[in-house]
This record gives sequence, C-alpha cells and structure tokens, in this order.
Amino acid sequence: MSQALPKTAPSFRERGLAVLRHQGALVALVVALAFGFARYGAFLTSENLLNIVRQNSMVGLVALGMTFVILTGGIDLSVGAVLAVAGVAAVYFAKFGTLAAIAAGVGVAALIGLVNGLLIAKARIQPFITTLAMMIAARGLALAATGENSIPLAPGASGLAWLGRGEIGPLPVPVVLLLLAFATGWVVLRYTRFGRHVYAVGDNMDAARLLGLKVDRVLVITYVVSGAFAGLAGVVLTSRLGAAQPVAGTGWELDAIAAVVVGGTVLTGGQGGAGLTLTGVLLLGVILNLLNLEGTVSPWWQWVIRGAFLLAVVVVQGRMQRAASNG
Amino acid sequence: MTGPSSAVSLGASRIPGWLAPGSASGALIALIVLVLLNSFFTPNFATTSNFWNVLLQASQVVLVAVGMTLVIATGGIDLSVGSVMAIAGSVAAVQLGLGIVPATAIALAAATLVGFVNGTLITRDRIQPIVVTLATLIAGRGLAQVISNDGQLVPINEPGFEILGRGHIGPVPTPVVIALLVAAAAAFALRAMPFGRYLLSAGGNPAAARLAGVPVRRTLITAYTLSGLLAGVAGLIEVSRLGASDAAKVGVNIELDAIAAVVVGGTALTGGRATIFGTVVGALIMQVIATSFNMLLVPYAWSLALKAGIILFAVYLQRAKRV
Repeated sequence: MSQALPKTAPSFRERGLAVLRHQGALVALVVALAFGFARYGAFLTSENLLNIVRQNSMVGLVALGMTFVILTGGIDLSVGAVLAVAGVAAVYFAKFGTLAAIAAGVGVAALIGLVNGLLIAKARIQPFITTLAMMIAARGLALAATGENSIPLAPGASGLAWLGRGEIGPLPVPVVLLLLAFATGWVVLRYTRFGRHVYAVGDNMDAARLLGLKVDRVLVITYVVSGAFAGLAGVVLTSRLGAAQPVAGTGWELDAIAAVVVGGTVLTGGQGGAGLTLTGVLLLGVILNLLNLEGTVSPWWQWVIRGAFLLAVVVVQGRMQRAASNG
Repeated sequence: MTGPSSAVSLGASRIPGWLAPGSASGALIALIVLVLLNSFFTPNFATTSNFWNVLLQASQVVLVAVGMTLVIATGGIDLSVGSVMAIAGSVAAVQLGLGIVPATAIALAAATLVGFVNGTLITRDRIQPIVVTLATLIAGRGLAQVISNDGQLVPINEPGFEILGRGHIGPVPTPVVIALLVAAAAAFALRAMPFGRYLLSAGGNPAAARLAGVPVRRTLITAYTLSGLLAGVAGLIEVSRLGASDAAKVGVNIELDAIAAVVVGGTALTGGRATIFGTVVGALIMQVIATSFNMLLVPYAWSLALKAGIILFAVYLQRAKRV
C-alpha cells in the first residue's frame, strides 16, 4: 500500500522477508508441491495436477468473484446459494441451446449480485447481513424452482455437458475457464481504472468518496461480478454433475473465503489480488490432494486440518504484518 | 465489514425511540402482530400444545442466540456455534458410560474450550472474529465427527440423560426452562453487573474502553467462552431430544438462525448495544413464522424468503441511525 521511499538497497534478508510477507502462500505452495514430489511418484504427473486444478476450478471461480468483494472490504455469503440458483436456471434453459443456458445461469446470478450490491451501496445494509439474507432467500428460490428435487440435464444438451466434461487440447474445459477468468480478473484489478477504484474504496471508503470516486457504483459492480462468477461456477458444476441440485454449493462461501484469506487478501479490504487468490485456491487443493494420497487420514481429520491450517495462516500473516508495521 | 464508516448520527432524531438499535420494542410489536394474525387465520395455532411446541423448538436457538448477543455486543461474530453444538453432543454421547454428570461436564468443558480458543485468537492475535470462527466452524465439525467414532451415529440409551431434551417440569418442557433461566441470567449480567458494562463499552469504542480501564481483552474472551458454553448446552439438548448424536447434522446452520434472531431483536451488529430480551423475541418471531408456514402447508422455500426479508428489514431500520 504505502509505497516505500527509495532508500539504501534492501539486503538479501530484507528482500527474502518481503517475498515471504507478500507471497507466503506461493512459498507454501512450492513447499507443498516439492513435498508431494518427494513422497509420491504419482503426484507430479500432469494427470494428477490437472485433476487438482479441475476439482478446484469451481470453488476457484467463486473465490475470484469473492476477491473483488473482499478487496472493497465487503463479504459475499450468498455465493453458494446463488451457484445453486444458476445451475437450476441453466438446466431449465438448456433446451434453448448451450449459450442460452450459460447466459441464463450467469445472468440470474449477476442479477442476484446486483440486488446485493444495491442493498449494500444504496440502502446501506452491512454486506454480511445483506448477503446472509440473500443466501437464505436464494436457497429458498433454488428449492422452490426444483420442488426440492435434483433436475437432470436433458440428454440433448451436449454443448452444456462439454462445458464441464469436455477438453480443449490437453486441458479440461473447466481448467481453461478458470485460467481465462483469473487472467481477466488479474488484468482488470491491476491495469484498469475500475481495478484501482476497487482498491481505493477498500482502502478508505470515505477518502475515495471525497476524491470523487463513484463509490456506490464500484461496490455494486463488485457484487455483480461476485454473483456472475458464482453463477458460472454453478453452470460448470451442473454440467459436470449432469443435473441441477437445489442443495449444490452449500458451504462453498466458506471454502471461497478461506481460499481468498489463505492467498493473502486482507478481509479489511484494499490489499490483495486475483493472483494471490489463485495461489490460495491451488494451495488448499494441493493440501487436500496430499491428504488423500496419504490415505490414512480420515475425511473428518481432513476437516480438522483444513480449519487448523486456515488459522495457522492468518496467525502467521498477522504477525508478519505487525512486524512489518513496527519495524 | 464495510458499511459507511461515517458514524456521525445526524439523522438520529428521525428514528423513533422504539425502533432504535438496542430497543426490543419494535420486535415485540412485530411478534404480537404475528401471533394475533396467526390466532385468527391459522387453524390450531392458538392451542396450548402448539404454544409449548413453538417455545420448545425456539429454545435451542434462544440458547445459542443469547451467547451470540454477547459476542455481537462486542462488535464480533461467532460462526462456530453449530460445530460446537456437534462437539458437545458427540462428546456427551461417547462418554455417557462414565455417568450422566461426568459426561455432561466433559462435554460442556469441551464446548467452553472451543469458545475460549476463539476468544484468545481474536484478542491475542488480533484476527478478525469472522475468520477465527470460520476456521473453528470447519475444524470443529471435523472434530465432532472424529469424536463420534469417525462419523458414526452414536445412540444414547440413558433415560436420565433424555430428560434434558424430552422432560417436563410441570407443564413446561425442560429445554424451555433452561433457555429462560439462561436468558434471564444473561439479561441480568448485561444490565446489572460490571461484565455487562464492560461488554457494551468494549463493543462501542474499544480504544476509549481501554483508556477507561476496562479489561477489554478479558471481556472479549469471556463473551466468546460463554458463547461456546451456551452452544454446548444447546448441543446436549439436541442429542438428548434426538436420542442419538449425529455429528454431521447437529447444529448445522444454527449460526444463521442465531444471528437472525439477534439482529431482528434489535441488537446492533456494530457492537456497543444489546438486548437479550430482544434476542428472545427475535428467536420467537422466526419460530412463529416457521411453525405457522408449516401449519398452513406453505412450501418451506417461502418461509426462507420471508425470513430473509425480515432480517433485511430489521437491519434496514437499524442502519438509519448512521446515515
């Protein structure tokens, strides 16, 4: 944030600490990959690695949208339920063609995001509560629209099935989508005026307003982005499962927030980015994969380890940040 | 969270006192209207058995929401309560061989410990409450499964323990008695004990509270510890009522119901103001809606939509003071 003044060239140790501070998740990811390579022959095959990325591609999309919101200092708890609504919409529109299905899923999700954003920016209800209520309402919508049943994808909708199960060259389609989405998110946040406004709003909303930034518009757009990416994830999930499930995505908001936080984006806003979130998503995915390869760790212990890992990361992040601001 | 941070209360005078944050009167009026409407329009709503039924079903949310009120009064949040319920339930179920009292004590100690860990990490390491309790939500659910012999359903064959969830004292179900006693104790503590004043000042303005000599850190840790303990009590009631500990299901999503009850009751999410009475009323409002929709055979989805609308409306009224 505050640009360091040019002083004497930083020592090797200082530079090392700075890398740790800003790219701690990346360092951890490299360590985890090296550990996996040393321990399991099958780990570092392209098949296993692609599998990890594909499995985490949907949470990754949700986490990318969540990054925009968290950068403004907000939060979006509704993404899991929005994802389910988008999946349902995609299945119902699949008979009009693949594009219509995708547009319907992403569109309805973006619309819910728009409502979130308007309630937060215009009615000034806290993001936590707005999106909590939207999470409840959207889950109700998904349950009502499906009669609380799983709705299978029509057999003719091969285009939609391709989205989740197809491949482009050697890469699964969800992986390509994930990479494209993150590349776009990274460019938007880093190199566009809107991206800089997102950081400014998250850093200090009052100052941003005084500077004449259209704070409300920035906020609304970030929630639309979050909804749209959750919707895209919902369409991909439906395509992978071959059906829309009204309970899909339950708890995904927590996974997405965990990935954003582990990556290093700060919940108070203004600091972080898309690249960090991608690292966070991959790090959590790799750790889960390693626990699975280990085979002796029961799924329940995996939950314990995931929670403990999240805590450990934020404790260390906090210490390093305080050390940085004190030193 | 964000929200506009300009805390100048220019518009305060526009809000009538009974709608102001920290006041439960608005919620109470809403509850009375709901009950009256249902008495006229919902068949069998105004019966004694349904009266006790509504109270019984609300009692667990009341227990959790009382703890949540204390935490929210400090400006924090506790997402881990559902997992803590599951931990307490599975510890009790697994340890019942030791006798009812030791098993209950160990289970409550475990729940209290989780709350204490939450509070310690939040104050000592200064991590946001939402992150800490999100992590203990995830880890706690796993731990509850590990404790119940790796995700098994643990049946409870102990008539003495089942009194907790299924017994009655006179006409009153035991959980209702426990919830009322806890709510009364918390209301008293908030109003008449130093802890209550510490809590509200730590939530209202931590820096000023610290300067005034309020033990802010200890107060916050106490709030999270109590939230854990009360979630533990709710968990024991739940497994006693079910006759088994199901670590995958006990307490799932109760944090949402509890937060909703607190907010609808009139406690401000920003901290510094709280009303236990309002929280009880808020929990009852949510339960009356759920029960009456159920009796009117309205699809579950619609009761979710109405719940969401009520939460938003309650907070919309609250936020007006900060415009």
